[in-house]
Amino acid sequence: MKTFTYAKANDAETAVRDAHVSGAKFIAGGTNLLDLMKLQVETPEKLVDISRLPLGEIEEREDGGLTIGALVPNSDLAADPRVIAKYEVLSRALLAGASGQLRNKATTGGNLLQRTRCYYFYDTATACNKREPGAGCSAVGGFNRVLAVLGTSDHCIATHPGDMPVAMRALDATIITLKADGDKRRISIHDFYRLPGDTPNIETVLEPGELITHAELPAPPKGRQTYRKVRDRASYAFALVSVAGVVSVEDGRIASAALAFGGLGPMPWRNAAVEAALVGKAPSDAVFNAAADILLADARGYGSNDFKIPLTRRVLIATLRDLTGE
Amino acid sequence: MFGFGKGDTNALTMNTAHPDSLLDTSAQDVIGKPLDRVDGPKKVSGQATYAAEYALDDVAYGYLVRATVGTGKITDLDASVARAMPGVIDVITDYATFLRNPQQGGETSAPTQGVEDVAYHGEIIAIVVAESYEAARDAAEQVKVTYAPGEGRYSFLAHREEAEKPSTQQIPPHHKQGDVDTAMAEAVHTIDVTYTTPSQNSAAMEPHASLAVWQDGALTLYGAYQMPASDKLQLAKSLGVSADKVRIVAAFVGGGFGSKLGIAPESVAAAIAAKRLGRPVKAVMARQQVFDATVRRSNTEQRMRLGADADGRLTAIGHETLVSNLPGEDFFEPAGVATHFLYEGENRLITHDIVRLDWMLAGSMRAPGEAVGLIALEGAIDELAEKIGIDPIELRRRNEPREDPEKKVPYSSRALIPCLERGAEKFGWAQRKPAGTDRRGDWLYGIGVASAARSNMLQKSAAKVSIDGQGKAHVETDMTDIGTGTYTILAQITAEILGLPLEDVIVHLGDTDAPPGAGSGGSWGAGSSGSSVYLACEALRGQIAKAMGVAEDAMTLKDGRVIADNRSVPLAELVGEGMEATGQIAPGKQEQLFNQASYGAHFAEVAVNVVTGEVRVKRMLGVFTAGRILNAKTARSQCLGGMTFGIGCALTEELVHDPRNGKIVNRDLGEYHVPVNADVPQLEVEFLQERDIHANPLHAKGLGEVGICGAAGAIGNALYNATGVRVRDYPLTLDKLLEGLPAV
Amino acid sequence: MHFTINGQSYQAEPDIRTSLLDLCREHLGLTGSKKGCDHGQCGACTMLVNGRRINSCLSLAVMHQDDEIVTIEGLGTPEDLHPLQSAFVRHDGYQCGYCTPGQICSAVGMLDEVRKGWPSHVTGDLDAPRFNDDEISERMSGNICRCAAYPNIVDAIREVAEADGTVDIALRQTVEAGA
Repeated sequence: MKTFTYAKANDAETAVRDAHVSGAKFIAGGTNLLDLMKLQVETPEKLVDISRLPLGEIEEREDGGLTIGALVPNSDLAADPRVIAKYEVLSRALLAGASGQLRNKATTGGNLLQRTRCYYFYDTATACNKREPGAGCSAVGGFNRVLAVLGTSDHCIATHPGDMPVAMRALDATIITLKADGDKRRISIHDFYRLPGDTPNIETVLEPGELITHAELPAPPKGRQTYRKVRDRASYAFALVSVAGVVSVEDGRIASAALAFGGLGPMPWRNAAVEAALVGKAPSDAVFNAAADILLADARGYGSNDFKIPLTRRVLIATLRDLTGE
Repeated sequence: MFGFGKGDTNALTMNTAHPDSLLDTSAQDVIGKPLDRVDGPKKVSGQATYAAEYALDDVAYGYLVRATVGTGKITDLDASVARAMPGVIDVITDYATFLRNPQQGGETSAPTQGVEDVAYHGEIIAIVVAESYEAARDAAEQVKVTYAPGEGRYSFLAHREEAEKPSTQQIPPHHKQGDVDTAMAEAVHTIDVTYTTPSQNSAAMEPHASLAVWQDGALTLYGAYQMPASDKLQLAKSLGVSADKVRIVAAFVGGGFGSKLGIAPESVAAAIAAKRLGRPVKAVMARQQVFDATVRRSNTEQRMRLGADADGRLTAIGHETLVSNLPGEDFFEPAGVATHFLYEGENRLITHDIVRLDWMLAGSMRAPGEAVGLIALEGAIDELAEKIGIDPIELRRRNEPREDPEKKVPYSSRALIPCLERGAEKFGWAQRKPAGTDRRGDWLYGIGVASAARSNMLQKSAAKVSIDGQGKAHVETDMTDIGTGTYTILAQITAEILGLPLEDVIVHLGDTDAPPGAGSGGSWGAGSSGSSVYLACEALRGQIAKAMGVAEDAMTLKDGRVIADNRSVPLAELVGEGMEATGQIAPGKQEQLFNQASYGAHFAEVAVNVVTGEVRVKRMLGVFTAGRILNAKTARSQCLGGMTFGIGCALTEELVHDPRNGKIVNRDLGEYHVPVNADVPQLEVEFLQERDIHANPLHAKGLGEVGICGAAGAIGNALYNATGVRVRDYPLTLDKLLEGLPAV
Repeated sequence: MHFTINGQSYQAEPDIRTSLLDLCREHLGLTGSKKGCDHGQCGACTMLVNGRRINSCLSLAVMHQDDEIVTIEGLGTPEDLHPLQSAFVRHDGYQCGYCTPGQICSAVGMLDEVRKGWPSHVTGDLDAPRFNDDEISERMSGNICRCAAYPNIVDAIREVAEADGTVDIALRQTVEAGA
């Protein structure tokens, strides 16, 4: 860990001002940032401690949605009765992630920004374009079991490792930020993440010093919700593939569908065409297979992660059966 | 170390059977009981002191620097930036002395030294020493090393044809008896399959750690070691000092599983740095460095051939194993070690060859050999049973040998079939369904069985036992307790023979100032160090009898009193200024005259998700025999641990080497998947009564490893029974199962 | 910097980079909390901060100056063990002992989470978490025990939860939610 200067912020405005210098990072739970700083994958020169900002509340809005403070710990969000009652997919996703200890510390804002678990990103002895643009990608041609099959580029095949953001993407969350100049910004989660392209080091649309203050969930969606996570261990492991699904059926036909995927791409993955292929159709394996065809049309394996493609198809079909079945 | 003035030495070499044991005739009645660990209260309250936790003054922090090429020569090491950083004291290199490889267990020589020519990715090449851990860790990353890259051999598949025959280790590398090829050709039923297992890491929870301090030219090293007596010799030779100038302290060790048998790179680095600085240096390996630069279990490729007659009687057993190791390293994973004696069969071919690779050292990990060898053997037996159409337990029964099928000597004790039968009854084996037919919702269920066997070994071991004026006994040996329960069983043996309440026995372990013990490894710890304590206590009984003025066998020792001749005298009154004796056990002819091993049977039930291929162990039972059980509670725990290692071995553990440079890819506990609590059901363990008079005076055999032997095989066989798909490439991760699962 | 640990006041001036774990182990002589991975992947460092279990290795000491911190040393001593500590001894919920302080601190925090009605990954009805062995195993999966005392750890925790009323509280919640 490189040394850094430390500033503790008592309000968000001060925090963004403090962080508006090159090399500054916010720290709240720190569960991912400190992990990476110890390895010098992250080397911030300044840490702005936002852990005491008043962003720890979950509030119900008049439109029926929820506004979640960026500092709400994963545990609290998962256990919130309103989340359990109306956004079960989010609770389930959170509970499928990490461990009890980590969920007690990890925050909503920080979890949106969790960085990849690519083995090579984590090791400064190897080439990684995400860590050091232009250095090359060791994962291509290396061991890539946990890495991406969708949205990759020649420069990076990292996966977004999170669970919560996958559910939030299925729920059409909006991320609210505060910029250094004091402006607030609302960013749809669908616009929040960036594909790696030739700049895999840039993962979101956040500007330097821009602080996530809240995540907003729209009014609860219709239909059934589920989060299915496939992993090597029964617990305490990152997703090989995960699906967050919210599907409603009316009169024997799929009325709405929101499907987001973890473990497949550099961001929580969602493809509107997959859902369009479902809506209006009577649930059937043929329809589900057609949706899977669309999802996986551009999928590309890199050797040790090839299995994710057939696995995803199976998980998607089984999930859709669960969500549309009697 | 021996010949204490007022004591005597009671030495025994196991040349003949030892049919009488004081543990059977003594009266205290603590042996075998499921007693709580005597060191338990310390452990649960954070008061047990591990290597890195000794409070010494003026400790400097060392952080190890690793090589970042697969092979090559260091041409420059620029530490100027690191040295200039605040808090950094020095960056220390000593290419010739630093350990290239850790040492294997029990060796008395220095391991391979010399790090200038990098032998594997992650090799430790320097140590940064600073006033704080944080400064040392940061500076280690700023040491700039330049290499002339070498040509390395990094791919097992690419070099498997170039395997070479190693020298004899625990077993000879090759054994040929009769003619397996001909027997296979003539057999009615045959199996010819290849199983593969990956590299694995012991992943003990305490990372390797050394706290080194020099005083008057002598080194004390607080270290995380399993075998201090030989570690001390390795360390002295590595540093070029005489052994009497080195003391190792390892009172508590946070697990070892083979990885701490020999000294590891941090020990010599810390010792060199401490000497140069003239102050104590603490060097703890980062978890990633434990993965990179300690020791791994070798990957294996095992061709398994079985030939049987129409009734399933084996006529041929072929077990040909390829393993890997660094050039110049003799250790080979002895995957065929149990195949030598587990089943009948006249024609036998058991071989081991090493593929030389520039990967980190391969060495011992819990039950080297059997842990992965029984995957192949027990998998093949299961396959043969399926092919013949008989019950796998019946097949084993038909191949139960009456004597060692190679050495033609009797078994000292062997209860494999009773273990299988008891387990079958308890587990509900009769309810096993045909493969692939037990579907419950989205899960396929199956059960499997495998035999467990682990050779029993006795090692030279010594201990001193003294009785003080208060009638309390003190046991001293440099034997360790790495979680095995040594503190407790040595206290029980002493309490039993000397007739003391358990709390009146104080056990001091892990200090090489005490008599040299066997160390913890190879499941020999309890039998060996326990016997040395037994012998010391036996000698003390003689002294007590003499003081009492009665014959030994006319005397009963109980609750701190000596009872004989219608008298009952407190022991404290008889010992005068104290008594002491040293016991020393050594292996003898009983090893050659009898085949000695612990046995067991594993039963596993797994559920396989038909959609994803996720495998979950639902139930698991191990029935074991290991001679006398010294403490039913800690013995059970040893088996729980072994069985859980088996779950990891079967389902999740795989140390991945990058084929481009040999580096460990998944070098942390987030990506090297040891089982977590949710992976492990409430395992069941049962012991069958047994005594082994050929093993040692305790009549106990090894127990620390038999729990893993066969465990993964039982899970693999259960997985076959669940799915009807035989996967032979371990670990049995879901990606390998998908193809064979029903279509969704 | 000032810290409150196990109800005691401590002054220390560690490096700004010092983790809460290293603060305790290297600066305050509180070596009961263990370092197994230093990356939140094993749980050996688990402490209770303001009553919640966290990985102290992934936390900067400087960020905890206003917190109430409890380590294994604060739960009990060999002479006066916490109920979970003595249950771990009775059930042999350990072997080498290295992960044990983290397991026990984690169990203390976990049982509190159960009493608060928090669900887990294996909870069927999220409104009504039950208390059973699967729940204990899942909730304790952030604490790796390589010696693999897991079945005994589950036994120890179950026994304490039955004795201290946690099970009853969980059951009551289940019934209420069902009603």
